[in-house]
Amino acid sequence: MKKWGKAVSFIMAASLVVASLTACSGSGETTADTTAAGETSAAAGTETFLIGGIGPLTGSAASYGISVEQGAWVAIDEINAAGGVKVGDTTYMLDMVFEDDEATEDKAIQAYNTVMDEGAQVIMGAVTSGACIAITPLTLQDGILQITPSGSAEACIANDNAFRICFSDPEQGRAMADYAIDSLGYTKIAVLYNNSDEYSTGLQTAFEEEVKAKGGEIVASESFGADDVDFNTQLSSIRSTDAEVIYVPAYYQAATYISNQAKEMGMEIPFIGSDGWDGVLGTVTDASTVEGAIFSSPFCASVDDERVQNFVKAYGEANDGAVPDQFAADAYDTVYTIKAAMEQAGSIESEDMIAAMTEITVNGLTGDAITFDASGAAEKDVRFVEIVDGAYQYREE
Amino acid sequence: MSLITGILEQLINGLRTGSIYALIAIGYTMVYGIAKMINFAHGDIIMVGAYSLYVFTAILELPAAAAVILTVAVCAALGIVVERIAYKPLRNAPSLAVLITAIGVSYFLQNTALLIFKATPIPFGSIINISGIRLGNINISGVTLVTFVATAVMMVGLTLFVNKTRAGSAMRAVSEDRGAASLMGINVNKTISMTFAIGSALAAVAGILYICQYQSLQPTLGALPGIKAFVAAVLGGIGNIPGAMLGGLLLGIIESLSRAYISTQLADAIVYGVLVIVLLVRPSGLLGKQKTEKV
Amino acid sequence: MNKTSAGKTPAKYGKIVLNILITLAVYAVMMVVIQGGMLSRQMTSIIIPCCINVMLAVSLCLLVGYLGELTLGHAGFMSIGAYAGALLTNYLDMPPVAELLIGMLAGGIIASVFAVVIGLPVLRLKGDYLAIVTLGFGEIIRSVINSLEFTGGAKGLSGIGTYATYKNFTFVYIFVILTILLIANLVHSRHGRAITAVRDNYIAAEAIGIHVGRFKTMAFVISAFFAGLAGVIYAHNVGILKPANFDYNKSIEILVMVVLGGMGNIKGSIIAAIILTLLPEVLRSAADYRMLLYSIVLIAMMLFNNSRFKLAIVEKRNLKKAAEIQKEGE
Repeated sequence: MKKWGKAVSFIMAASLVVASLTACSGSGETTADTTAAGETSAAAGTETFLIGGIGPLTGSAASYGISVEQGAWVAIDEINAAGGVKVGDTTYMLDMVFEDDEATEDKAIQAYNTVMDEGAQVIMGAVTSGACIAITPLTLQDGILQITPSGSAEACIANDNAFRICFSDPEQGRAMADYAIDSLGYTKIAVLYNNSDEYSTGLQTAFEEEVKAKGGEIVASESFGADDVDFNTQLSSIRSTDAEVIYVPAYYQAATYISNQAKEMGMEIPFIGSDGWDGVLGTVTDASTVEGAIFSSPFCASVDDERVQNFVKAYGEANDGAVPDQFAADAYDTVYTIKAAMEQAGSIESEDMIAAMTEITVNGLTGDAITFDASGAAEKDVRFVEIVDGAYQYREE
Repeated sequence: MSLITGILEQLINGLRTGSIYALIAIGYTMVYGIAKMINFAHGDIIMVGAYSLYVFTAILELPAAAAVILTVAVCAALGIVVERIAYKPLRNAPSLAVLITAIGVSYFLQNTALLIFKATPIPFGSIINISGIRLGNINISGVTLVTFVATAVMMVGLTLFVNKTRAGSAMRAVSEDRGAASLMGINVNKTISMTFAIGSALAAVAGILYICQYQSLQPTLGALPGIKAFVAAVLGGIGNIPGAMLGGLLLGIIESLSRAYISTQLADAIVYGVLVIVLLVRPSGLLGKQKTEKV
Repeated sequence: MNKTSAGKTPAKYGKIVLNILITLAVYAVMMVVIQGGMLSRQMTSIIIPCCINVMLAVSLCLLVGYLGELTLGHAGFMSIGAYAGALLTNYLDMPPVAELLIGMLAGGIIASVFAVVIGLPVLRLKGDYLAIVTLGFGEIIRSVINSLEFTGGAKGLSGIGTYATYKNFTFVYIFVILTILLIANLVHSRHGRAITAVRDNYIAAEAIGIHVGRFKTMAFVISAFFAGLAGVIYAHNVGILKPANFDYNKSIEILVMVVLGGMGNIKGSIIAAIILTLLPEVLRSAADYRMLLYSIVLIAMMLFNNSRFKLAIVEKRNLKKAAEIQKEGE
């Protein structure tokens, strides 16, 4: 009664609560609307199938989530334009809601519950490993099919309802180690990885183990932190060893800084990298800094392949000429995997689709004949990309 | 390579990052010394400086010199505007309120940049085309040399400005006692505005050198150097301009040496550990004045 | 009107009864809403994060609001509690509630042990220096956790039982109430008055025989204890812990709650914690503009809280109060 200041605060609080409630009822209504629309159009034989996407749209990992969202829309538009997905007598048009998880675990749980409120029938996500692991207990509880385009940590697909499109970190790390030693003939290898990132550390651990198992030598294992931009110290340390090659399992931002600074220092040791390197040509100022770098990558936007080029074209048209990266391609394949699972199962129930997952073969951008094993991992060939004359090129075996 | 050259090379690496920290810390410390507030948004002014340079050179295709001058002007103006809108109304509020507002401004600048320029990093070629020098096995790039020189010049210039000019003594007066300064006929508001303009102009220079050094633009690029520079300023004694320079260089060297010879994993922990120890031994930093509190 | 202390007692009791009623009413409403499934899943899943943030804000309020010391390392203590609790419950094999109880106790105690070790040397510093040193300690804790093997390093600690979800709301709610109750009681006790005396004028406080160092450390340790508890609940709510989530931004987030709540105002901290947890979820539809709006709201609230308008209101209230007291006196 006499505390006016508090009263104002309370009014602000109250208005927020009201706003939140209206927001809830608002979303409730929209779901009601879509189901109503679905029912009426059911007579005509078409319904909507809603994909729930989860990934970072803000924060430091935002570019990955944005790529996934945009890549998925290309596939959805393509499928809908071609007449949707036929399951039995009904044709389903695909639609998607995509919620931001800021690449954090607690936000991912909120994002998951939000897409479920909006009526998601399958989960595409989460984009980053930690967030993906955080929602796995929930998707298991709900028995919903979860396909992560890019959650590469092993625990992402621990449950039976969870699958992934990309390689797991250990798989990829081992594959690169084998390639470096067997095909490229290196024996003394330095590693420079991001120690605050599960993707990078996962690759580094598997890579180093495999190199040692194959009789190679890790002459230096240097790390850096999340937002580091200066790598001179680590590069100097590596230069003082007799390393023949530097393995950088990291995303293209870090790879950009590292290759640029190595060149500036006058280092001539070649680089090998992980699939996070894809996109590096878009962020380096001078393509010669990454010339000759070889990285394991399931997707490469400039490769001379009709499907890839169609995707790149559609993606660019929808997004102001942006060039899709590996995340976008993974998401594109995720949507086609969902389509294949729906068709194979002859049902849109998650239970049936999960059972159908091991029976499908998807001809995707990130692999020619992708199949899934019971563990949820995708089986496809590892491909290696080399940067030649400032352009990506698949390595010939 | 012998151990000595190794250490020398790592020292140079340390000085390279350290001089960037020092450059940012000088602006930080000056604003703190006079306005008595931690300007958390200082790092984001660097980001604005970097993006402005990109807009002026890469998009508007202005000559480098004009772009640099415009960038500095944009940042100085931004500093004044931010001060007027967000900090001035809080002149008499508790320092914590100002700190939170500064954090708000930092979020605001970052997210505005995110909306305009998106999250994908933008490559940016250096506008400094001076060739580096080679000392035996050690290479020092042109940008690094320019950064060294710029930091030293700024430090000396700023110290002279604060100590020798009329405007500088007004700033010191405001720093000592705002009330008394206004009684002496000093326009406190104008002086603080000027402080922010100079501080932000320094941030713009830091942003320009930063982006020439690292050549990649991201909306969050100012956050980490901002924090590191803050640590450097406190290490050297916040409010003390030569102290900020010393703190920045020391920070860079400690970081580089602990990464090279102790552990890359624990480098951050070591840096902060040194800060804690220095503050416990000298509670107002290396060059800060010890103050006894009066009743 | 009675002007003796006897006149105040019924009012005091009234306040206690009112608080109990509010506590029970909130609990009843929440239970009805949760059991009845009246909220969307999004809103249901935000309940426990609200509780966690209330605990964090109230515990930091003791330090920042009542002791008057600015610390930026609260997330560090939260992470110590979270990791300690989660490692213990991962190791134990007992009924969930028992595991959680033991985990919370351990998390709280270990966080407070660290607070003693850090607090003793650090609390000699003041103001901005203390802020930067606590920020430093927060970052040290984070990078040490990140480099250790048994904490899972950067990959994080996963496989933590998600015991503290909305289904166990009662359990979490009891701890929230306990936190508020204990800190509110402390603040209004003899020790609490000593703590505020240290804030208002530590030289005077020292002169009248208050052991400044001891009270500072006490407040620091208690605050860390509850941050540790909140951390354990967080761990068992999310199920995976990553060191990157406990950086200085998290500390700042908690600090913002305390400051918006009006510093030294427990009720304000609670309300601010709830609002700031809900806000990003409510603004989800605004997607790209969410953080921008958040920053604008933040600046606007700070400006309003310190504006002439608000000060005028406060002054008017004080005058009215003074007039009332005078009237009572007559």
